[in-house]
This record gives sequence, C-alpha cells and structure tokens, in this order.
Amino acid sequence: MIQFQLNGRPVQADVEPDMPLLWVLRDELGHTGTKFGCGVGACGACTVHLQGSAIRSCVMPVVAVAGQSVQTIEAEGDAVLERLQAAWVKHQVPQCGYCQSGMLMAAASLLRQNPHPTDADIDAAMTNLCRCGTYVRVRAAIHTAAETPAPPKTEVA
Amino acid sequence: MMGAQHVVADPGRRRFLLAGAALGGGLLVGCSAPTPEDRLGSPDVLPVREGHVALNGWVRIATDGTVTVAVPRAEMGQGVFTALPLLLAEELDADWDDVRAEPAPVDRIYANQAMMLNALPFGVEEDGWLVRAGSAALERLGSVLSLQATGGSSSIRDAWGPLRVAGATARAMLVQVAAQRWQVDASACRTEAGRVIHPDGQRKLGYGELASDAAKLAPPEHVRLKDPKQFRLIGRAAPRQDIPAKVNGSAVFGIDVRVPGMVFASLIQAPVFGADVAAFDGSEALKQRGILKVVRIPHAVAVIADSWWRAKQARALVKVQWTATPNDAYTSQDLARAADEALRDGFGMPYLMRGDAEGRIEQARKGSQASSQAAEDPGPRVLEARYHAPHLSHGALEPINCTARVHEGRVELWVSTQVASLARWRAAQVAGVETDQVTLHLPLVGGGFGRRLEVDMVEQAVRLAMQADGRPVKMVWTREEDTQHDFYRPAAWADFRAALDERGRAIAWHNRVAAQPPTNMATVRLLPWASSKLPDKSQIEGAFDVPYAIEHMKVQQLQLESPVPVGFWRSVGHSYNAFFTECFADELAHAEGADPVAWRLARLGAQPRHRAVLDEVARRAGWGTPLPAGHARGVALQGSFGSICAQVVEASFEGGEVRVHRVTCVIDCGVVVHPDTVVAQMQGSIVFALTAALHGEITVAEGRVQQSSFPDQPLLPLARTPRIDVHLVPSAHPPGGVGEPGVPPLAPALANALFGLTGERLRSLPLRPKVVAEATAVS
Repeated sequence: MIQFQLNGRPVQADVEPDMPLLWVLRDELGHTGTKFGCGVGACGACTVHLQGSAIRSCVMPVVAVAGQSVQTIEAEGDAVLERLQAAWVKHQVPQCGYCQSGMLMAAASLLRQNPHPTDADIDAAMTNLCRCGTYVRVRAAIHTAAETPAPPKTEVA
Repeated sequence: MMGAQHVVADPGRRRFLLAGAALGGGLLVGCSAPTPEDRLGSPDVLPVREGHVALNGWVRIATDGTVTVAVPRAEMGQGVFTALPLLLAEELDADWDDVRAEPAPVDRIYANQAMMLNALPFGVEEDGWLVRAGSAALERLGSVLSLQATGGSSSIRDAWGPLRVAGATARAMLVQVAAQRWQVDASACRTEAGRVIHPDGQRKLGYGELASDAAKLAPPEHVRLKDPKQFRLIGRAAPRQDIPAKVNGSAVFGIDVRVPGMVFASLIQAPVFGADVAAFDGSEALKQRGILKVVRIPHAVAVIADSWWRAKQARALVKVQWTATPNDAYTSQDLARAADEALRDGFGMPYLMRGDAEGRIEQARKGSQASSQAAEDPGPRVLEARYHAPHLSHGALEPINCTARVHEGRVELWVSTQVASLARWRAAQVAGVETDQVTLHLPLVGGGFGRRLEVDMVEQAVRLAMQADGRPVKMVWTREEDTQHDFYRPAAWADFRAALDERGRAIAWHNRVAAQPPTNMATVRLLPWASSKLPDKSQIEGAFDVPYAIEHMKVQQLQLESPVPVGFWRSVGHSYNAFFTECFADELAHAEGADPVAWRLARLGAQPRHRAVLDEVARRAGWGTPLPAGHARGVALQGSFGSICAQVVEASFEGGEVRVHRVTCVIDCGVVVHPDTVVAQMQGSIVFALTAALHGEITVAEGRVQQSSFPDQPLLPLARTPRIDVHLVPSAHPPGGVGEPGVPPLAPALANALFGLTGERLRSLPLRPKVVAEATAVS
C-alpha cells in the first residue's frame, strides 16, 4: 500500500511500486484531469506537481512519491493556479483542450518559482507539446497571470 | 475558386468526372438536396429531458428558459459547441447566457451535406448548371448516407441554413403563443434576449413560460431570416462554451470515460502493414497481477487487464508470430520509384484542361533549342521541376482509444470520433446487430485533424468487448501505436513544366500529381466493394484550381498504389498541392524577374477575393520594406474549403536552424460567425503546418513505420512559435471553412522565404536547407 497526499488529502493505492503515478491518478484514484499523451515524458500532458514543482507523472514510479505531496489540475484553492485558469479563460487558450491540464500545471510551477517570467523564461519552462497550436495564447495568458507585459498582441480586425 | 474567366477546353471531360463522382454514390446528377426547412426535424428526434420541451430537431427550451441546442458535430477545439448554437440563438433571439450545447443523437437531419461539397471536382464558387446540379447531387448523397461527420471544414457551411431556420421557426412559435395569450397580432410583438415583448413595450413573457404551449403548434412552413445588419450574436465575441471545463480537468475526453465494471485493453498490433497473427502464446502474461485475458482480433493480440498499465506492461510477455506478407520488404523508396515511373509514363487523369499547355510547352522547347544556337537571344524557354511531400502522421495528443460493451444483443460505445454515424454503423456491423441496438456516447475529442474520421478503433474495441463476457472494455493505444498505425497524409510527387515566352512570362503550365487517392482509400475501407479507381478530387485539390490566369493549363492526377494506408490529414490534398503550386509559381515569378506578390496580383484579375487577400497580406506584412540582415520574406496564397488564405513568412537561419520570426495571415472566409475562433484556427493551423514543414516525415522500411513516439516525430514547441498576426477580411459571402485553410499556405511561404535567404530552391518537404545540413555536420 503506497500512501501520499493528493491535493491536500491523504490517499493510498494498493499497486505495484513501479506503476507510474499517472496511472495511479487516472485509473486507481479516478483523477482523469491528468492526461496520457506519450508515456515517455516527452509531451507533458501528464504534468503534475510533486512537492510544488512540475514533474511528468507518466515516468514517475508511484513509490517515488510515497509520503509526499502531489497536486493535480483538480486542486482547489491554489491562488497561482486559479489566476492562471482565469487568464486561460480570458485568452480563450484551449482548443481541443487535451494538453491544457499539463500546460497549466507547468505554468503554475513556473510562476511559483519565477513570478514575473520573461519570454525567454517562458520558452525555457514551457516544453509541453500542443498539437492544436495554442502556444501564442499560452504565452499571452502566462503574462496576464503574472502581470508582466505581453509580446505584441495578435492583430485582429 | 475559378471565376468567369476560367475556360474549360473539354467540358465533356468535366461532365464525366462529375458523373463519376455522383455515380460513385449511386446517384444521378439532377437530384435536389434537402433544404434547411427539410432538415428542421421533429421534436421527438431529441432525447426527452425532464422540464424541457423540444420545438424541433435542434432545440429544447426548459421552463427556466435554458435553451439547449443539439450539435451534430464533434467538439475538437474548433468551437462548434459555441458557433453552431450561436447560429440558432441569433435567430431565436435567445439570451446567450441561457444557451447550452449538447451532442446531437444520430439522425438524418444532422447529416453533413456541405462536407460532400468537398468532393466536387471543381471550386464551389464556380457557377453554372453543372455545378449547381453536381452540388445538389452531392449534398443529397450526404443526406442519403446520413453522414454525421465533422471534417472538410464544413460545420458552419452545413449549419448556416438549418440552424438559423430552426431558431427562426422556434422563435415564430413562441411569439405566436405569446400573441395568443395577450390577444394581439403576432407581427406586432418583438423578441429580445429570450423573451417576447408585447406591442406596448412593457409586458414580457420568457421563452420558458411559452415553450410547452409552443410545442403544441405546427411549425410555420416559411420563416424570414434576419438581414445580416440585424445580427446581435453572429460576428461578435462569445466565450467558447467548452473552455471552462478544459481548464480545471473536468472535461471528459474519450480516454477519460469511466464505466462501472470496466476492464482495460492494450494491443500488440502487427508491425507490418497487412500482417496478421499466425500464432500467439499469452500464458506468461496471464500469470501477472491483474491480467484477465489475452485475446486475438484481426491484425492484433490484446491483453485485457484490470488496469491499462498492467495490460500494457504484460504485452512484453506475450509471444506473437506474424504471418508473412508481400509487404515485408516494402520501403518508402518503393513508392518513390513507383511515382517516378508513373510520372515518366506521362499518363494521368486530366482535371483541368485550358488551351493547349502541352503543345505550347513543346513549341517553347523547340524554340529554346533554336535560340540556344543563337546564343544572344534568350527566346522562349521551358521550366521544369519535380516536387515531393512525404507521408505524415496526425499526432493528435489524445491517443486513439475506444470503450465498448457488448451485452445481450446490444452495443454501448464511448468514442472520441469525427464520424458518429459511421461509428454506430461499424459497431453494429461488427457485433452483428441492428444500428438501433447501438447506444453511442460522444465525449470530447482530444484532437482530430482527420484521424478520427476513421472507425478502426471502433471495430477493435467492439471485437474486444465481444470477448469480455459482457464487461465494458476500454482500449487505449500507446503513442507508438498511434504513430505507427495511422492513416497517413499521402506522400506525393508533382512534375511541373511551364513554357515561358521570350520575355520570361509563363504562358503554359502543366502539372501532374502522383499520390495515393485518400478519399478512394477511405471509401474502400468502409465499403470494400467500392471502386478505388474513380477520380479522387481530394488528391488533386489545390492543384487543378490554381487561381492564376495562365493561358494554357493542364493538370493531371496519377493514382499510386501502396500498402501504406492513407487518409485525411488537415487540408488533405491542399496540404501538399499548395506547397507544389505556390513554390512553382514563385519559381515562375523569379524566372520572369518579377516580384512574387506582383507576379501573382497580375494574374488574379478575374479573382477579386484572392486579389484582395493577397493585397492585404502584403500590406500588413510590410512586403518590400527593409528587414534585419539575414532575414527574408516569402508569400503564398491558397483557396481551400470555401475560403481564401494568404500568408507571409519572415525567416532566417540562427544557430544552424531555420527560425520563423513572424507569420502574417489574412483570410477571407465569408461571413464570420465567431471571429475569435477563426483567429484561433489560423494560429493553430500555422503551428500545425510549421511542424510539418520543418519536421514532418513518416518513412517505411521492412513494411513498417520507422518513427514511433514524439522524439522521432517532433512537434513544434512553444519556444519555436513565431509571432502570428491574423487579419480577417470583411465579407458578405456565405461562410467558408476555417479549420483547414490556414494550413496550406505556410509551407510554400516558408520555402519561398528560404529561397530568398540562400537562393536554394527547396522542392521537398520537410524543408532541409543545405546550410542547416552543413551547420549540423560541423557541430
């Protein structure tokens, strides 16, 4: 039985120690907001926070998080995440939406470590992949949430 | 796309093509298509909901005033759950805050007639009896097939009539009830924000109070739709309905479906195209924790377990022997050789014949031989080029998956699909039940791009469920399977020959495109008795409808055969044909010594919409203005799916890599229903197309795909995303598509920019400039 904190509550799972955290979250604990995209840590759809920092849960054996604190997109009451979610809605960021849980968790981790990121900081931190191509809006929404100046606005008329 | 100036040398050929397209569906030209009024549908099409009343097949109104619109298209992030309800809400005069969307059931009224228009072997803007008859026949075909599909950038084009008529009809019924209650003339009542307003301007009745009486009335046969000047919702910003659930993890995609008693399946799929299971041994796998069964389905062995991860892990313990196939040694080079032979043979189905292109090219060739003997006179010339584009995978971020339950003669299906009606049909066919015994659940789609127009995952999941003792089975593919068992964008080759006069002006254009025909291949997968040899417009679209006025033009299709399965990939034939034609057009401009924008504008006299779009993109991109050292611009223009899009790309080489700094995009998509969605689709299309232009390539060796996960097939990351400026041209034309038209211009605009940087003409995708190869070699 492996125990850890999930979004502030204790949880346990009777699983193999090498089962990736992603599958414990999704199939054992029913938290399907965290997504499976590649299983090799390349796309970031499975991004969650471990002790407050972004990790890729598809390559994290659940035994490695025992006794620690895991936060997913379903977490409530996280001011940074809520500010990002509001910015995501304001900028109408998601298209299909599948990668967006991971994007938001990566962005929340970035803002926690660096509350006022530059474009270069965002480039370096946001390595999550989006097939719909929402990157322009992801960048703008992070700037909005961080209250930093955004790059030239996409022109619409 | 072809205007009045377009000349058809051989109308008989085009009639033949159209007859082929129509007969392919067992229909004759001349049938009329169902009108928006025919598609109103009866209220009982919609499922019953407590406290709601349906007024037709599209809308339910609740006693609290909530308006629920049935949306028969898949929400894949292109905003149909917002834009389609917007059309109905506009004519209903609903309060937008009260409007909700829900997936429609399967019914003939929801068939996508407009999608079939993409099969027309010429541009839909062209007028004339043949086009009208052909359009009607194909729309009717869509209706007869009850093709409830989301693709071909057709959702708004299809819904534009029926949803507005449904809204206006419901509004008229609600007004009639209010007028009766007040004993006033219905025509003196107004409606606003979900309420009918009495002629006195004071008294009001909410739609929720009127709906149940309205449902007792017969719908009016004719309703008047609003003048566009009266639109309150269409063309304005409305937040997308699907977004809140997509930022808090509550959105349910196919892969997220949870059904009581569910088990999980992971597949070992035949690596070689066409191979099947010769023998397998699952005994070791069955000893592992949670493994329930190891079963066989066509072309795969599946491990069924109480957890997907356990099923996936246990695959390594299953021994499978595959059958030998003729494809065991097949490579991408085999297809390249077949294309080369086909192009050398010279035959091809003509899709466009204007004037005498081949004759003029032959004349020019003789002329150039003569003039090369008299060296000082350049004389007429022939310009030749061969272009190529590779197979591409879709790479939607939600891996292919499907959940099915087969129990007591009934099938229940949960699937992220672009083709609800075909999914239901395939499930029934595989399980051997009637389609009305299939219950279909339609969760959100985590990326479609054409991949989810296929129903292979439905067949697999139903076959697994048939072996699961009545339990629901959730089948999920790995990313590697998703890459290796796709229906790929066809690889294509194009031969161009152009005749230039003594001043270097193009007078004749001959283009032959060799590729597997995607629509024919997809049709044969569904209907094995169908012909794979019909003309296939999707293979040649974007090549036969080049908008430039060149006196002599001939465009031919050559159909290749290959064991590599091909299908529909965002913008389909346009995705490669635009690269071919817009780069070759650039070559012609340079051969004439003309500016590429000016060269195009000079040949768009009969195409005012194309001209306006190109003018606008040049102006907004600052075409011709100075750039930083080492930067260059390229331009491309492409009409597709009823819209016209032009892009200017600014690029450079940095650190041995191609860097795209800015993309300026202008689109004329007719009346704009939801402007922010159009902008989002252009932004997304540009990233999607840039990924393909720089990285996209699927190769085959030993009968199997060589790429597997994202590291082999990189997607463009945020850090490489350029600044993107989008401008929408105001237009009163009927809506065009927006999901695909932003893709085609990017690759040629980028290739043309790279030519400006190096003088090297890149005629093959992905774009691999020599300077980059050299930089890589040095490092």
